Amino acid sequence: MEHHSILRVISKLLIPPIILYALYVQWHGDYGPGGGFQAGVVFAVAFILYSLVYGVDALTKIVPPRLLHAFAGIGVLIYAGTGIVTMLLGDAFLGYNALAHDPVHAQEWGIIIVEFGVGVTVASVMMTIFIAFASHNPPLKDQDW
Amino acid sequence: MMALIETNLPALQVVLPLVAAPLCAMLGRGSRSWAFATIVSWLTFLIALSLFTKTFGGTIISYEMGGWAPPVGIEYRVDVLNAFVLMIVSGMAAIVLPYARRSVAAEIPAERQSFFYTAFLLCLTGLLGVTITGDAFNVFVFLEISSLSTYALVASGAWRNKRALTAAYNYLIMGTVGATFFVIGIGMLYMVTGTLNMADLAVRIAAHGDSSTVHMGFVFILIGIGLKLAMFPLHLWLPNAYSFAPSAVTAFLAATATKVAVYVMLRFMFTVFGFDYEFQAATLEMVVLPLAILAMFAASLVAIFQDDLKRMLAYSSVAQIGYILLGLTFLTDTGLTAAIIHLFNHAVTKGALFMVAGCYVLMAGTSSISSLRGVGRDMPWTTAAFVVAGFSLIGLPLTVGFVSKWYLVLAALELGWWPVALLIMASSLLAIIYVWRVVETAYLQSAPEGTVRKEAPLSMLIPTWVLVAMSIWFGINAMTTSAAASRAADMLIGSSQILWED
Repeated sequence: MEHHSILRVISKLLIPPIILYALYVQWHGDYGPGGGFQAGVVFAVAFILYSLVYGVDALTKIVPPRLLHAFAGIGVLIYAGTGIVTMLLGDAFLGYNALAHDPVHAQEWGIIIVEFGVGVTVASVMMTIFIAFASHNPPLKDQDW
Repeated sequence: MMALIETNLPALQVVLPLVAAPLCAMLGRGSRSWAFATIVSWLTFLIALSLFTKTFGGTIISYEMGGWAPPVGIEYRVDVLNAFVLMIVSGMAAIVLPYARRSVAAEIPAERQSFFYTAFLLCLTGLLGVTITGDAFNVFVFLEISSLSTYALVASGAWRNKRALTAAYNYLIMGTVGATFFVIGIGMLYMVTGTLNMADLAVRIAAHGDSSTVHMGFVFILIGIGLKLAMFPLHLWLPNAYSFAPSAVTAFLAATATKVAVYVMLRFMFTVFGFDYEFQAATLEMVVLPLAILAMFAASLVAIFQDDLKRMLAYSSVAQIGYILLGLTFLTDTGLTAAIIHLFNHAVTKGALFMVAGCYVLMAGTSSISSLRGVGRDMPWTTAAFVVAGFSLIGLPLTVGFVSKWYLVLAALELGWWPVALLIMASSLLAIIYVWRVVETAYLQSAPEGTVRKEAPLSMLIPTWVLVAMSIWFGINAMTTSAAASRAADMLIGSSQILWED
């Protein structure tokens, strides 16, 4: 692992901005282009880049597959849970209007929560798929590059 | 609280299994996730039952997702037809899941079982969603949910036989082609009308009149759904997928997946395009009718020469779908009634038969007919279930199969198409041959030396016999099902009394 210094340095420089950008896309989704799906993919890309340079084992040390599976489910629960809460508040499934006093705020909050759920699921599923594919082949030895 | 549940029933029908699926994945241990999935499936069935009782009188329940009024928002629309299909789908899940515990425990490693039940619940979500929604694009989304989880379910047969992987891959390719065709067709309709709500589509297509874009839309949807429901020449994915999937999955899919696709076809043909759409009537008579008759004969003939019991039943499913499509092509009230009632009757019959096959796989370790010699003496109850359900597949009186064939023949005779009526009866003879072949091997041949086979456990026998009993009960007492089916047919015809001016 001592060679590839350029790759290692550049990826370490890149990973934080990628995550930051993912969060920007996530939370900006209700004003402009963006949203949970895109944000989730960009977020996962940061981790995938890390694993491309440092290996899949390094990635699974940070985010064990079990954790990813759980988060994939939690995202769906956040989405559907929002719908159930609005039902309990007396509106339709995902009828955000019940979430706040005026519909403008309520719609905004509703969409932010739901998109957060989408982001969580997409990011964890992306990483799960990557890990599933990458750990099937024997890892490439450094010398063979 | 009750009032809250009551008003949100259409949403809960889909949301309940959807929320349950990720929870099931988190439960971890096999038996816990099984118990959870089973309880959820029973609750879903209760919801479907109450929706059915509400709509049986002719009421239509419309539910606005997210409070957005149709045609802009997504509408869930429950009438007697889709409440009937909802009941079939959730009812089959409620019967198959108790059966699944032993069979799945033997076929799938313990640490993977919670994911298996998660995929099962997602598949149920998708199938229920397709059925309940009144939005054409929403149908596509749910169709994908159910298909993707079905590919995973079929592939999970790989622990028993590695060929499940290629079967699942084959199904994936064909299913994706079908879904793509379907969505292209919806795109064409959207191009013409600018709406995706089915009721709105119907009004606007009728107002727009016929055009080549509508023709193309219709053909794409017909072929896309045709692939999903295994319409005769497009059925090639089905035999492998059914024979290599885990037994419980086969029983569930055979009873529900193709039925839901048939429902989508009915819905598009008669609610969206309308009963009196000439291009559709011509296509049905010139293309679908001959294909349906070919399916009845070709698939039954192929079934006769199969050695694997599950594969034989799979080919017989292709033939039975031929009967359903045949009922559709008559374009009469009786024909539609026959098609709709056969949805239920075939679900019950084929579900029972595939469950018997699953019992053989578990207790005798094989579903190859030649190695099931003499199994009738070792597993009397299982084999008896096969015989009774087999009678129903053939269409002997006092079984549900007879009710379906009766309506089909009646519909053919009403139109004066007596050659078609004769063909229906002739194809039943083929069913006698392939059912008899199994009965003969099971009872009349002696068991191979040194085989030890025990009767299937009660947890599998009871669900199987529940379905067998239903195939007798609704065969003798066909009032409820035929009333539901004929009301659904009336509703389909009534809802498309829009005049085509062209």
